[in-house]
Amino acid sequence: MAGITSFGTYIPMYRLDREEIGRMWGMRVAGGEKAVAGYDEDTVTMAVDAARDSLRRHGTKPDGLYLATTTAPYKEKQHAAIIGAVLDLGRRALTVDINNSLRSGTTALMTALDAVKASSATELMVVASDCRMGAPRGRFEQLVGDGAAALTVGCHDPIAEVDEGFSLHSDFTDVWRKEGEHFLRAGEGRFIEEVGYMPIMQEAISELMKAGGLTPKDFARIVFYAHDPKQHADLARKLGFEAWQVQDPLFAKIGNTGTAAVLLMLVAALEEAQPGHRILVAGYGDGVDCFILRVTDNIAKINHAPLMQERINRKRNIDYATYLSWRDLIPFEASSLPERAEPSLASRWRERKTIASLSGVKCRKCGTPQIHPIGQNVRICVACQARDEFDPYTFADKRGTLFTYAVDQLQPTKNPPGLNGVIDFEDGGRFVCELTDYDLSTVKIGMPVEMTFRKLSAGKGIVNYFWKAKPLAE
Amino acid sequence: MESIKDKVAIVGMGCTRFGERWDMGVEDLLVEAAYEAFEDAGIQPKDIQAAWLGTVFSGVTAITMSPLGLQYIPMTRVENMCATGSEAIRAASYAIAAGACDIALAIGVEKLKDSGQTGVKGPAIVGDNPDGTSGIGSGFSAPASFAYLATRYFHHYGLEPEYGKRLLAEIAVKNHYNGSLNPKAHFHNRLTVEQAMRAPIVAWPLGLYDCCGVSDGAAAAVLVKADMAKDFRADPIYIKALAITVGARQGTMRQDYDYVHIEENVRVARMAYGEAGIQDPRKEIGMAEVHDCFTCHELILYEDLGFSARGKARDDIETGTFTLTGELPVNTDGGLKCFGHPLGASGLRMMYEVYKQLQAKAGPRQVKNPRLGLTHNLGGNPGMGIASCVVLGNE
Repeated sequence: MAGITSFGTYIPMYRLDREEIGRMWGMRVAGGEKAVAGYDEDTVTMAVDAARDSLRRHGTKPDGLYLATTTAPYKEKQHAAIIGAVLDLGRRALTVDINNSLRSGTTALMTALDAVKASSATELMVVASDCRMGAPRGRFEQLVGDGAAALTVGCHDPIAEVDEGFSLHSDFTDVWRKEGEHFLRAGEGRFIEEVGYMPIMQEAISELMKAGGLTPKDFARIVFYAHDPKQHADLARKLGFEAWQVQDPLFAKIGNTGTAAVLLMLVAALEEAQPGHRILVAGYGDGVDCFILRVTDNIAKINHAPLMQERINRKRNIDYATYLSWRDLIPFEASSLPERAEPSLASRWRERKTIASLSGVKCRKCGTPQIHPIGQNVRICVACQARDEFDPYTFADKRGTLFTYAVDQLQPTKNPPGLNGVIDFEDGGRFVCELTDYDLSTVKIGMPVEMTFRKLSAGKGIVNYFWKAKPLAE
Repeated sequence: MESIKDKVAIVGMGCTRFGERWDMGVEDLLVEAAYEAFEDAGIQPKDIQAAWLGTVFSGVTAITMSPLGLQYIPMTRVENMCATGSEAIRAASYAIAAGACDIALAIGVEKLKDSGQTGVKGPAIVGDNPDGTSGIGSGFSAPASFAYLATRYFHHYGLEPEYGKRLLAEIAVKNHYNGSLNPKAHFHNRLTVEQAMRAPIVAWPLGLYDCCGVSDGAAAAVLVKADMAKDFRADPIYIKALAITVGARQGTMRQDYDYVHIEENVRVARMAYGEAGIQDPRKEIGMAEVHDCFTCHELILYEDLGFSARGKARDDIETGTFTLTGELPVNTDGGLKCFGHPLGASGLRMMYEVYKQLQAKAGPRQVKNPRLGLTHNLGGNPGMGIASCVVLGNE
């Protein structure tokens, strides 16, 4: 029977305290904090991290990847293909972007389940990732946060099987952004609640329970989307669920993460689930996706660490000025340093393996792993000078240590000063690259690091994704 | 393989005032440097049989050299990153030694300030691939690329950061003192150790005064066959060694590179000392002009060039070994610290100082009876680069 086979999450380490927003604008705030993607993160990089987290728990490479988001960096160009390249999925892997709707995450999941049930794929990965923005001083600025979740679905040994499920569509305009708009717009609150959200969610969830002959007491958890905490609490009460059954919507800790929200909550529910537990899941946006999961004995076999809670706890608060600069919400004086040359698309194509999966080579003669710091193709072994006698070798999953580093006050970066390091990988090979997500006061020679997929400086209008090192999570 | 030793002599040199030469174009700098060299050599422009232009960013042969007005002679532009000026003299010397010409001009120029930007542009500095970058190189600045070295050096030898920074400050203070005695230098201000240590940080531990400036400048040399040299002047300066080594990026790709020395420096010094027949550089070399783009590089150069034992440069700094009156004066003209680094000119500017010192014409900066002088350049950065070493002698 088809179901969920693995899960992964990514929550950026930065938090903006809602009190900080309140201080900035002199207004009352809801309390709690929101997760903020770093200056070098976006929907794609967060999705990559969540996907890698899932693959670490369950190593089978999926036959395809669906990305769900409302904040795709490119208007035209597929993001699932970028992530597929990073994960080095097979040539025939199906990559799909499912965009624009808040329920894209659950829609992708149900669509993937259908494909698996129809045997057109053995296992598929669904990643939902969002980085939505509310306009400064507005209600959404406080509410929304950034994050990503990944789930794989398949028929072999699922940790949770899908029993019942269906979708409803509805052309109800409650939250939207038009082309070229950065900030969320929304209708009036009680209008949304009374005419849009509440009736359709109640209808869908009631019908779902009825179809399975179930009542609220049959569920260990209910996982559902709501725009804000009040709406969430109101619906749970109206449906007749007890507080202990309702999965924490994470508004206080990370904010409303858009398409990722329901999937993140679902992962948190699975982390606590026991065999036999039923979980009701409902995604919302332009309609409803809902289904019932039944947790299997396999839940005990999957590696639970690191728990999402650990990711939530691993955090650093930023101030409002940092938030403005990272989100490009204020202009800055341009650097007086010479500009770097624009990236060449041809060069990037030749170096695509290095860029996507930090691929280098290993010398067949002397065994030295090597990767070129500016992506030049390694033709002659840097250790023994053998020519073209290499096997492919990927550094993305290798841990390393910081051999030496340079803190650079001149480096053009949205997060000055720049930090650059010479990384020695655990099984050999050295690389020079930028670091990210560090606490400068604790950076030292010998510090263990891991590699993470991020954005470098943009050029020629493309998003320049590449790898950086970050301190290894303790 | 033959040595270049004593086959070629310098009979005239010229050097512009370095600095923010808003008043001068590349053509003005070239004319000023070349004509000082012609006059010094006692020759006319028509006597030059071939010329080599060293520049990285400031032009191409025909366009850039035409304002100099040399008439239908062979000319070539050469480039070797920060050793470009030294490369010009190397090319001219080999041509003379090969008998392709008897009197040649080596001239280097760089005009960095017209760009209106801070720092040096281009792939040579930020490390991007010059022929179409994929944009994945870490975009750190030149100071940061040398800060890797300082950070590791302090760690490797267990130097407290404050002490390490003080050592670097001593180098800046020395070079600024020397520069204050040199009217051709860009900077003439003397520094105290405290000033150097308190200056704004650029890339820890490197502060403002640990970094060389950005300047415009040109320098030139007239070279002749050694056996003709005395026809031009009584005190020609002879080329004893011309060495260049280029690495294969071993330092940034192999874990065995230690970031407390630069292998290119060590190899180029070995090559130059072999060619010049130098056994004990510290004793035999009278003064040296080395590539102090950043003070931490001068620190490790003391060791790389064999002036100090490994890890012991600090002792020599503390005892004043490299000051004007010390045992082995280094960067007597003020160095890159006070001249800035117009890439194509720097190597020749260094030779200009060695030439004057060996002729005992260095005025207030004159060191006592030098017989051999050395210049050194490093292009690129630790782990990836090119090093050059030239040894000159007055006998």
